[in-house]
Amino acid sequence: MGRYILRRLVQLVPVFFGATFLIFAMVFALPGDPIRALAGERGAQSPAVREALQEEYNLNDPLLVQYGKYVGGLAQGDFGANFRGREVSEIIKQRVPVTARLALVAFTFEILIGIAAGILAGIRQRGFFDSLVLASTLTVISIPIFVLGFLAQITFGLRLGIFPVAGIKQGWISYILPGLVLGSVSLAYVARLTRSALVDNLGADYVRTATAKGLKRPRVVGVHAMRNSLIPVVTYLGIDLGALLGGAIVTESVFNIPGLGGAVFDGVIRQEGTTVVGLTTFIILVYMFMTLLVDILYAVLDPRIRYD
Amino acid sequence: MTELTQAESLSTPNPSGDDEDIVERSLTSDAWRQLRRRPLFWICITIIFLLIIAAAFPSLIASGDPQLGDQRNNLQGPSREHWFGTDLLGRDQWTRVVHGARVSILIGFLVTIFAAVIALTFGSLAGYYGGLVDAVISRVADIWFALPTVLGGIVLLQVFERRNIWTVSLVLVVFGWPTMLRLVRSAVISVRGADYIDAARALGASDRRIITRHILPNALTPLIVYMAITFGVIIAAEAVLTFIGVGLRKPAVSWGLIISDSRGRIQTHAYLLWMPGAILSMAVFSFILLGDLLRDAFDPRQR
Repeated sequence: MGRYILRRLVQLVPVFFGATFLIFAMVFALPGDPIRALAGERGAQSPAVREALQEEYNLNDPLLVQYGKYVGGLAQGDFGANFRGREVSEIIKQRVPVTARLALVAFTFEILIGIAAGILAGIRQRGFFDSLVLASTLTVISIPIFVLGFLAQITFGLRLGIFPVAGIKQGWISYILPGLVLGSVSLAYVARLTRSALVDNLGADYVRTATAKGLKRPRVVGVHAMRNSLIPVVTYLGIDLGALLGGAIVTESVFNIPGLGGAVFDGVIRQEGTTVVGLTTFIILVYMFMTLLVDILYAVLDPRIRYD
Repeated sequence: MTELTQAESLSTPNPSGDDEDIVERSLTSDAWRQLRRRPLFWICITIIFLLIIAAAFPSLIASGDPQLGDQRNNLQGPSREHWFGTDLLGRDQWTRVVHGARVSILIGFLVTIFAAVIALTFGSLAGYYGGLVDAVISRVADIWFALPTVLGGIVLLQVFERRNIWTVSLVLVVFGWPTMLRLVRSAVISVRGADYIDAARALGASDRRIITRHILPNALTPLIVYMAITFGVIIAAEAVLTFIGVGLRKPAVSWGLIISDSRGRIQTHAYLLWMPGAILSMAVFSFILLGDLLRDAFDPRQR
């Protein structure tokens, strides 16, 4: 088991450096003059200011050296500073709670509704509820998330007035609508995954054995079949949580929520390279950590996975 | 060398080689027979056909000019003359939506084809040779996979001065190929050790021939299923990128632009949002459902 985790970790190292370097290179290629962004129109004209800033932000070094210096800082927990002198780690500290709350709400919806719908559809294959779940999940998957967000705003926010339309001023209740929208697509996938896994397992020999030895249906489905059916669902949920914690650019934009996704987007639009790189590095780290966790969890849950 | 060519040419009329052909053909015709009976399949095909017509010859379906508006008739709700109403500049929304199909279909087509070509090439190399080749290709794919599509798309599109169908497609290919590659790779690995591959090698077939003639046909079915689904997902992704403001720009006519235009007016003029939104969702729906139906038809376990 220890070797398995170690091997996974070693595999992640090149992925981490590759992905952060890619972002670094892309941001480096962004058009626009960083000095102008740093010092303003007037400051950019003074050669002394220009030089000092170029020195401070390593803008004179070649790309690889800049990246090397950045990774060096990263090793000491330094995500860099934005062009107005604000630490990126400070932005992360401020934005993560908002994103985490949104992710938690979305995740709860996925688990509760997704798995329940999947079970109800799976226990009676080709029944009415099964067709309903298949059709409605496909519909949800097909509607682009910003259209879904707008529709939710119109219906629940404006017409019915149940939830706040945008912003996070009203506490937890403001997260419900965006959370539902953000989680909707994954919810649909969770429902479909649960359903197909349950259908597969209900046809398995061990389920027939359990039924044959006289166990009640709820026990057969709930304990015997579900334990195996949840393995792929848990895997999916884990990776999805990693993606959710990385911030949701579109949902945050539609509902005007100041999370990580919004911060990255602002950074790109304002051409603040260091902010974009810092935040993206953080997001990649979170995502990779969750992937690793899922791999380990998978090996624990499913003894058929070999560790070597 | 002559012996090898002989052996190869002999293997074609060979009954054992034929056998495999029959199995292949019967799976396809079985699948076709099953698909033909399903009304949903024909609904998907009809919608996709109409979308392609709209993309190729938009004026056949909507005769007006998508850029020309009548200011006195702006923000009119749906009516007999304007099925989808008119926008802020008095342009007919139906005409604009029909003309917008071209961008979505073109991008969907370009991205799906290019990603599939990359996936087939490198996926078969990685799966067939394994070892170092596999390690390098798989790690490169992992790197691109670790970057979220929307996030990476925003940064990469910001680099391009010009945003058009080509740059948006390029970005979507760049972040879309790793999933397809994994699909092809695992399909190749699953048949790599099969006896008939050993037989082909024993008969002297080259690696190239083994991969293209004996291994890749096995990867093709899952790939085609996934391509149909990807086509739908890409149409949605283009709209999302355009909506955030890093995709296509005006005066281009695209579904993403039409919908994001409605943003400030959804409270008073909801039709500006939901009518183009419904068309966009219907397009995505058709492609994804087609993929699902194909998978059901080609998966023998379902029968």
